[in-house]
Amino acid sequence: MTRTPDRLADPRTAHPIIVRGAQLSDGERTDIRLEGGRVVELGSSLDARGAETIDADGLIALPGLVDLHTHLRQPGGEGSETVLTGTRAAAKGGFTAVNAMANTDPVADTASVVEQVHALGVASGYATVRPIGAVTRGLRGEQLADIGAMARSSARVRVFSDDGICVSDPLLMRRALEYIRTFDGVLAQHAQEPRLTEGAQLNEGAVSAELGLAGWPAVAEESIIARDVLLAEHTGARLHVCHLSTAGSVDVIRWAKSRGIRVTAEVTPHHLLLTDEEARGYDARFKVNPPLRTQADVEAVRAGLADGTIDIVATDHAPHGADAKSCEWNAAANGMVGLESALSVVQSTMVDTGLIGWTDVERVLSIAPARIGDVTGHGEPIAVGSSASITLFDPSARIDFGVEQLAGKSRNSPYLGRSLPGAVRWTFHGGVVTVADGALVELGEK
Amino acid sequence: MAARTVLQQADIARALTRIAHEILESARGVDDLVVLGIPTRGTELAARLAASLAQIGGSDVPVGSLDVTMYRDDLDRNPTRGPAPTEIPAGGIDGKTVVLVDDVLYSGRTIRSALDALADIGRPAVVRLAVLVDRGHRELPIRPDFVGKNLPTARSERVNVRLEDFDGIDEVTIL
Amino acid sequence: MKHLLSTKDLSRDQAIHILDVTEDMAATQQREVKKLPTLRGKTVVNLFFEDSTRTRISFEAAAKRLSADVISFAAKGSSVSKGESLQDTAQTLEAIGADVIVVRHPVSGAPELLARSGWIDASVLNAGDGTHEHPTQALLDAFTLRRRIHGDASRGKGLDGVRVLVVGDILHSRVARSNVWLLSTLGAEVTLVGPPTLMPFGIDAWPVDTSFDLDDALASKPDAVMMLRVQSERMNAAYFPSAREYSTLWGLSAARFGALPETTVVMHPGPMNRGFEIASVAADSPQSTVLEQVSAGVSTRMAALYLTATGADL
Repeated sequence: MTRTPDRLADPRTAHPIIVRGAQLSDGERTDIRLEGGRVVELGSSLDARGAETIDADGLIALPGLVDLHTHLRQPGGEGSETVLTGTRAAAKGGFTAVNAMANTDPVADTASVVEQVHALGVASGYATVRPIGAVTRGLRGEQLADIGAMARSSARVRVFSDDGICVSDPLLMRRALEYIRTFDGVLAQHAQEPRLTEGAQLNEGAVSAELGLAGWPAVAEESIIARDVLLAEHTGARLHVCHLSTAGSVDVIRWAKSRGIRVTAEVTPHHLLLTDEEARGYDARFKVNPPLRTQADVEAVRAGLADGTIDIVATDHAPHGADAKSCEWNAAANGMVGLESALSVVQSTMVDTGLIGWTDVERVLSIAPARIGDVTGHGEPIAVGSSASITLFDPSARIDFGVEQLAGKSRNSPYLGRSLPGAVRWTFHGGVVTVADGALVELGEK
Repeated sequence: MAARTVLQQADIARALTRIAHEILESARGVDDLVVLGIPTRGTELAARLAASLAQIGGSDVPVGSLDVTMYRDDLDRNPTRGPAPTEIPAGGIDGKTVVLVDDVLYSGRTIRSALDALADIGRPAVVRLAVLVDRGHRELPIRPDFVGKNLPTARSERVNVRLEDFDGIDEVTIL
Repeated sequence: MKHLLSTKDLSRDQAIHILDVTEDMAATQQREVKKLPTLRGKTVVNLFFEDSTRTRISFEAAAKRLSADVISFAAKGSSVSKGESLQDTAQTLEAIGADVIVVRHPVSGAPELLARSGWIDASVLNAGDGTHEHPTQALLDAFTLRRRIHGDASRGKGLDGVRVLVVGDILHSRVARSNVWLLSTLGAEVTLVGPPTLMPFGIDAWPVDTSFDLDDALASKPDAVMMLRVQSERMNAAYFPSAREYSTLWGLSAARFGALPETTVVMHPGPMNRGFEIASVAADSPQSTVLEQVSAGVSTRMAALYLTATGADL
């Protein structure tokens, strides 16, 4: 059937779709009828009259993935990503909602900036964009940003973060937690003790010692997390720990949860797969913050994700132009793109290793992040009446990951040249097809 | 194609003895003689030649080696060999009759390099050239003073000199 | 050898071969005519993003003794904030015909990046990168030590069983790193000595012993003591309580030097902080190799330039 982009872009007028023979995360096989932005029917041999039929034999149907940690770079960094290109990358990776980090230029520290980002997301059509608000004005760590105004704005901000920079001042951290608690928002902390990481370039360990790169010690992350969970306990507020990367951090979170502290934690796909050994050769594609850690840390974060200590996987998709990466290690920017590869990396590190099943994948990549970020209309288990934001994934595929897999503006993926399992075949964002048979659909301007 | 042996152990020994006689005749005795071999097989031939000279001439002849690697003009094309030591006998070479010894004389480029190397070390009164095999195909105006065997060859052929100390056998073959 | 980036990648045979070629180069430097025609027509560029008159002059002398054309390019302060300029600079240098680029850079790994990026075809010779490596310094140190121990019979030999103390700021020292790998590859037993704050974290797997007590380490009567320079910026950065305490605990004082056997070689890569990490009586003694190290530097760099410029097999 020929797809006409302008009709497809609007869920109210999009064709009804029958997904034939998909496997739900619990293993059950079913047809799924999508209509008017909702799942309207489940069952076998559904009547396909008047609908486009998609053969989903061998594909797993997951609720559309939700990323709690995405850098879309707009406004200010349009050279490396925009809301449109970043959400295209999201769709390519099976994501239907992303939370856009606040470290833009200008910083998302006022209602007007978050409303602008939100509007750009609506215009893109590829994924729902939920702006994250800054904790402190200009990310400077001196005074609180317009938290209340952002929460009450049309962007309805619920997640606040100075990501990229740690809210290191304990008093400011306490005040922010108290403030955010009033509307049950969450503070997503980039845990990095600044004094312990001055000039830091790579995980402090055997590799940094040999390569002569200034070390980023695990304790600089763990000490902040320990302090923050105690502040969260004291204030009763919700704390979310961004990109947790060390074995010790997993232990601290486990302890905090056992005390009933309201803390959630995320791990990135790259911290589930890669180690600091990648830095040998000084290829700055592997420069990221927090840095790639050791194999023992990789195993600890996998175990933490498997046992629920770590709640979610979030990409920390951080696009950078070639100039920011093809240079000396110390001069290179931190960050990797990750939206397009996240599900494959999770399959490779967690599912194919037998640590978790597809219901867990659904939880850590969709349901839990939607809950933590209060992303309404996403992260709903597939059922009659649930949102028609769905991803169809082929776990038996194997792809040689190359630049052709990247749908965003930047090429700084650490997986280029690697073979990864699984492939996103179809993505439906509120009933709109954004990825069809593995290829991004051109939605056109709305 | 099988290698053809052109000189055997006895032939090599005879050639060196003859060359020793010729050197003594032209130099009128062993005084002021210095024998310098060009690594690697020229060094061994130089040692044997010096022994013959001492035996025939009745007194020791200073012997050493002259590495030419650093003076070659084809390092880009033949970069496979590291330099070998240059060992100049204690008396030096100034004012002496230096006999350069190499195994095979071919294009002449090695000898050109050797003359340059020699010039950086001192100023001999006379420089002579002794080679075990002259296979022709000169690319420079250089000729040997003492030759073990003149061996007409095609450019495509390879002349291999094997010596006891390096190869376990004394022979010259052509392939 | 296409590039010389670190001593870590050198095998024992390769390391000994480089030292032997250095012997050949050193022999030519005893002659009246020191210049060799070897690299005639080749262009060596000294690309220094960091000041180092001593190293630059040493490389310049080495290249000139081999008849290469030498261009020295001081790019200090021009690059680190603007990453692309390393690529631009290197490509510019290659466009004007550089065959070997000798790089000194404040960022660890910059020479390796240059060698592996595909930006240029020229050989890259690491003349010191950040706190990573300084391979020619380690090679000249090993050459100097081998000569002291084996004299004219040095060729073909390693440093088996030779006990070496490396003393000082190990954390920030590229000289220490290159020496750790090279000396241990050559069979030496290396002990790193210094304040715990200047010892890298994560060196358990290094082929070395470590000690925080210089007197204890010296009591084992090592064959060589290599004193590292303490950079002035470390003095004020809380790595140790005071310069005086450092000097007292980790300096090679006259008393400590006096207690050493006369066979113990005293080494320093220079420039020395006399009276701070090393007493003048030690630096100027017959046991000191400070000046031998400087002259070995030229021969070592001749060997490195020769082996990289000609692509000779190692």
